[in-house]
Amino acid sequence: MSKAEYTITVYTENQIGLLNRIAIIFSRRKINIDSLNTSPSEVDSVHRFTIVINETEEVVRKLCRQIEKQVEVLKAYYNTAEEIVWQELALYKVPTEVIQAEVKVERLLRQYGANAVVIRKDYTVFEVAGHREETDRLIKVLEPYGLIEFVRSGRVAIIKDSEGFHEKLKEFEYREPGEDTIENEFLDQNEKVFTM
Amino acid sequence: METLASTKEAPTNSAVQSVSGSVAVLEALLAEKVDTIFGYPGGAIMPIYDALYDYNEKLRHILVRHEQGAIHAAQGYARASGDVGVVFATSGPGATNLVTGLADAQIDSTPLVCITGQVFAHLLGTDAFQETDVINITTPVTKWNYQVTDATEIPSVLAKAFYIARSGRPGPVLIDITKNAQMQLFDYTGYTPCNHIRSYRPKPIVRKEYIEEAAKLINAAERPFVVFGQGVILGKAEKEFRQFIEKAGIPSAWTIMGMSAIPTDHPLGVGMLGMHGNYGPNLLTNECDVLIAIGMRFDDRVTGRLDKYAKQAKVIHLDIDPAEIDKNVKATVPVWGDCKETLPALTELIEQKVYPQWLQRFRDCREKEEEKVIREELNPSGDVLTMGEVIRVLNELTGGDAIIVTDVGQHQMVACRYAQYNKSKSNITSGGLGTMGYALPAAIGAAYGDPSRTTVAIIGDGGFQMTLQELGTIMQFKPNVKILILNNSFLGMVRQWQQLFHENRYSFVNITSPDFVQVAKGFGISGKSISKREEVRTALKEMLDHPGSFLLEVMTGKENNVFPMVPQGRGVAEIVLTREEV
Repeated sequence: MSKAEYTITVYTENQIGLLNRIAIIFSRRKINIDSLNTSPSEVDSVHRFTIVINETEEVVRKLCRQIEKQVEVLKAYYNTAEEIVWQELALYKVPTEVIQAEVKVERLLRQYGANAVVIRKDYTVFEVAGHREETDRLIKVLEPYGLIEFVRSGRVAIIKDSEGFHEKLKEFEYREPGEDTIENEFLDQNEKVFTM
Repeated sequence: METLASTKEAPTNSAVQSVSGSVAVLEALLAEKVDTIFGYPGGAIMPIYDALYDYNEKLRHILVRHEQGAIHAAQGYARASGDVGVVFATSGPGATNLVTGLADAQIDSTPLVCITGQVFAHLLGTDAFQETDVINITTPVTKWNYQVTDATEIPSVLAKAFYIARSGRPGPVLIDITKNAQMQLFDYTGYTPCNHIRSYRPKPIVRKEYIEEAAKLINAAERPFVVFGQGVILGKAEKEFRQFIEKAGIPSAWTIMGMSAIPTDHPLGVGMLGMHGNYGPNLLTNECDVLIAIGMRFDDRVTGRLDKYAKQAKVIHLDIDPAEIDKNVKATVPVWGDCKETLPALTELIEQKVYPQWLQRFRDCREKEEEKVIREELNPSGDVLTMGEVIRVLNELTGGDAIIVTDVGQHQMVACRYAQYNKSKSNITSGGLGTMGYALPAAIGAAYGDPSRTTVAIIGDGGFQMTLQELGTIMQFKPNVKILILNNSFLGMVRQWQQLFHENRYSFVNITSPDFVQVAKGFGISGKSISKREEVRTALKEMLDHPGSFLLEVMTGKENNVFPMVPQGRGVAEIVLTREEV
């Protein structure tokens, strides 16, 4: 089984220490996290982690089980790149005078979908939201002009097939979970979204 | 609120009372029916100990000699009683001394609630005296942990702690309480036990489809084989398990942790699995056509080389922890759920059967093992004492009714291979972590966990020296613990490996011991040391009959090896019976 990029989406309670509990599941197995983002979710009080790793599906499935085993984790899903819509946000700080003199700013904005966030006498900050290749490409373009600072956010991802967590959470709040809560991929192998 | 014993907070008639966080902790323990705490006081947990002063009659506190002793004792208590073990320790070194026990309890699924003191909340992160980041240190080795900085959280957090520790797949929970929270007075409205946490599913739902699928496989099987672990004991499903195997007629082998779930002389019990388990169960794992794993996790010491493990078999795996399914061995049919529920459902669907020829294969293997290993181990022809013959005589004297607590190493393997067990929860050992020093404190805990039974701690000369300070606990509180030291003057298991796999290069396995009988005497514990065969029976009898704890040291053969053995890196079917075959 070959490695591929997987995006893991974890719905959790908002609890101090949970980030560590989730992170050590990867570090214990010497697996590098390519990107990690924590954010609120569509449900008030439920937190959402988005984690990107490069591993085989078997490893990713086992990791998700270990994650779901944590007391404060509601659910963990994993998806390939095709199964999600995703974005990363990048910021680029460049010297304004060089940019003005040598780069056609308008072309830059159009070609790379960049926005100017700040324009000052001394520097300008552009932002690009997109896939990794897109944000990488602009680094290459700006580097010759003296890229002062670059930063990229963790990935945020929406699962194409997901209907959100509102309904699922209701199931969790019942004392006796419905069949739907404890899906079992052995039974549901045709499901496009992996759930446990 | 009649259980409120503290004199500091004058009880009022109203339902709401002002009590300290410390009192709330002790009230929670009472509400959870805790009767014994193993602990050690210190600066950051002093308010709880101050409150404990007034609860002395309701809560028995055993003052250990080291926090590691406290947590192993709590483990022994939990394993013997089936209840949650409770530990108190202070911040900093008190808490870090718990780490080995937490790791042990985590890997062996032992329910514990450990309460540690912590520095005042305003000092957190300042490198205050005896401050360590206990929550982060213990995160990988706890099922759940939580830091309390405000007393109002205490009742609900402790309720969660007990619920999490004992439900589902049990495990250790650590609650770190800052000193200010212990001292803080708050309006206490009583204790409500927890039975639901929305993000926590202790038991996966039982899917009928899988039970049916599993029953179909079992009914069609020609050579089915059951391998079971501690899940049967933790699930309190011994009866359901017996009904299942007896109706199915399937030969069944236990892991070291599952041992004693059925009596060792059960007609369908074919012995122990694993590196030093019995010959038949290992060999025939690779000949069965349906392997039914119940409440066990396919540890590498059980499976040997995974790509040579039961490849021919269809695997049915019953476990309460979904993360265990497919972790090491791919399941053909996974049966997620509590085996107390899944086993009866399965029993109902299976046909009553017997497999005389298949069972005979196990008997033939047993015969071969008897001839090559067991006979000489239990009734040696040579002069030196074997560990096996000591266990044989012990069996004859206890009739298999004792709780046997073992440490880690050769004596552990020999005890687990040869000890007789009539009752469940009789075998207490550090299976997953392999913690030397476990047995003495765990036996103290077991003696409190089930005082109706004789507790025998079987320990090697190495392991005993790791936690022998707990003799002080025995001296002071007088639990009835029979200490049987099997002394081969070596760190025997490591020596065995050095002999077999490292060309006899005995590197630091030659351990000298103090005069253990004199040491015990210093703690006011009677003892005896023997080295001759004719003394074994009378000495063991003296130990068992002695009113109170007793230490018996038996000098055994220095370079005896434990066989059979599945050498590391080989498949279970490559199990060897003698040194020549290694």
